Amino acid sequence: MSVLIVDYGMGNLGSAQRSFEECGAKVRVSDDPGSVSEADRIVIPGVGAFSEAMRRIHRMGWYDGLRRAALEDRIPVLGICLGMQLLADSGEEGGSTEGLKLIAGRVCRLDNVGGERLPHVGWNEVYPRDGCALFRDIPSGTDFYFVHSYRLVPARAESLAASTPYCGEFASAVSQDNIFGVQFHPEKSSRAGFQVIRNFLAI
Amino acid sequence: MQAVKVYNTRDVDELILLDIEATPENREPDYDLIGSLAEECFVPLAVGGGVRNVETVRQLLRVGADKVCINTAAYSSPHLVSEAAERFGTQCVVVAIDVRRHADGRCECYENCGRTPNGHDPVEWSKRVERLGAGEILLTSIDRDGTMEGYDLQIVRDVSKEVNIPVIASGGAGSYDDMLQAIRAGGASAVAASSMYLFTQNTPLEAKAYLAARGVAVRRQHKGSS
Repeated sequence: MSVLIVDYGMGNLGSAQRSFEECGAKVRVSDDPGSVSEADRIVIPGVGAFSEAMRRIHRMGWYDGLRRAALEDRIPVLGICLGMQLLADSGEEGGSTEGLKLIAGRVCRLDNVGGERLPHVGWNEVYPRDGCALFRDIPSGTDFYFVHSYRLVPARAESLAASTPYCGEFASAVSQDNIFGVQFHPEKSSRAGFQVIRNFLAI
Repeated sequence: MQAVKVYNTRDVDELILLDIEATPENREPDYDLIGSLAEECFVPLAVGGGVRNVETVRQLLRVGADKVCINTAAYSSPHLVSEAAERFGTQCVVVAIDVRRHADGRCECYENCGRTPNGHDPVEWSKRVERLGAGEILLTSIDRDGTMEGYDLQIVRDVSKEVNIPVIASGGAGSYDDMLQAIRAGGASAVAASSMYLFTQNTPLEAKAYLAARGVAVRRQHKGSS
């Protein structure tokens, strides 16, 4: 099982690599878009701003290869945190920017009408939709670690894989066929996080 | 290293690693050590001590820290906070504020490992660093630190109500009830403890069970295989 962690210069690559290795995968962290061809799984990490991330993804040549791997070769893809947000059609952080357009929807700021503190940082409950493969063997309402100010709003209800109560409610996971995204950091969510990673590897 | 592995399995929610003598001793962080610790840490890891410029922040994040704590340097170079926030995101910038309460009840910020009073009022400074881009505030009562006599609830409350970013209460935890008070009466978003875990039989697991039983939202345990 060979996992590619996409290095586009933004993201906690080390901890992502360590946690996938802990779960038994052979991990390659690469900034070479050609490496998608050898991957059984693709992980898109990310910490930072949407616009900067997409600039780098285009500049480094990742855009076409990632979309082809996901849409044509049907390689399972997991976007983590900003990486999940990049799957969307567009994002408004740092100015309106087009995303990878792998899951219909847009990324906008969490709406803290209730006076909630932002960024949303800390552990919070995740309530999966029934049957989502990523959450097998994980009780509904298990806490995962979040740190973000923006969220992906899926355009289609079927893409919503899990939700979390904060600033109302937001999509804490999305999925469409072989494409998955989690807003939380499974690599920082201790045992529950490992289970999500193992489930992704087992897809 | 052993401590990190133990804390991993004891299900703490986050680890804070502070090399508090780094600034007085004019040292850089020990990147190799931090890197090895980060490799074994599967919960968020905040690292501080001796962070004086953006390059240090970058290095710490590169070796595996999720967040970087800035204390002394923020007073002389407040732009460090905003630069780090801009470059790496507010979520990785924690500003640590050490406070002493004077005999007349007034609180003052201290820098250089709690040695040097600098005239700043903790509430005003907290508001300032929030404006600069801090993602969280680690608020430590120097007087209470290590005493296990309870957090300084007043300063926790005074700061928490003036900022909209999470405040981590630190310094003085001696019992589970102390933690409950810091959250309920103090309004802290999180509670930090060290001496209590080292010198009493209290455990993070029990602390969370105590808090949960009293209506505080805490992370539930996942009973998966390790």
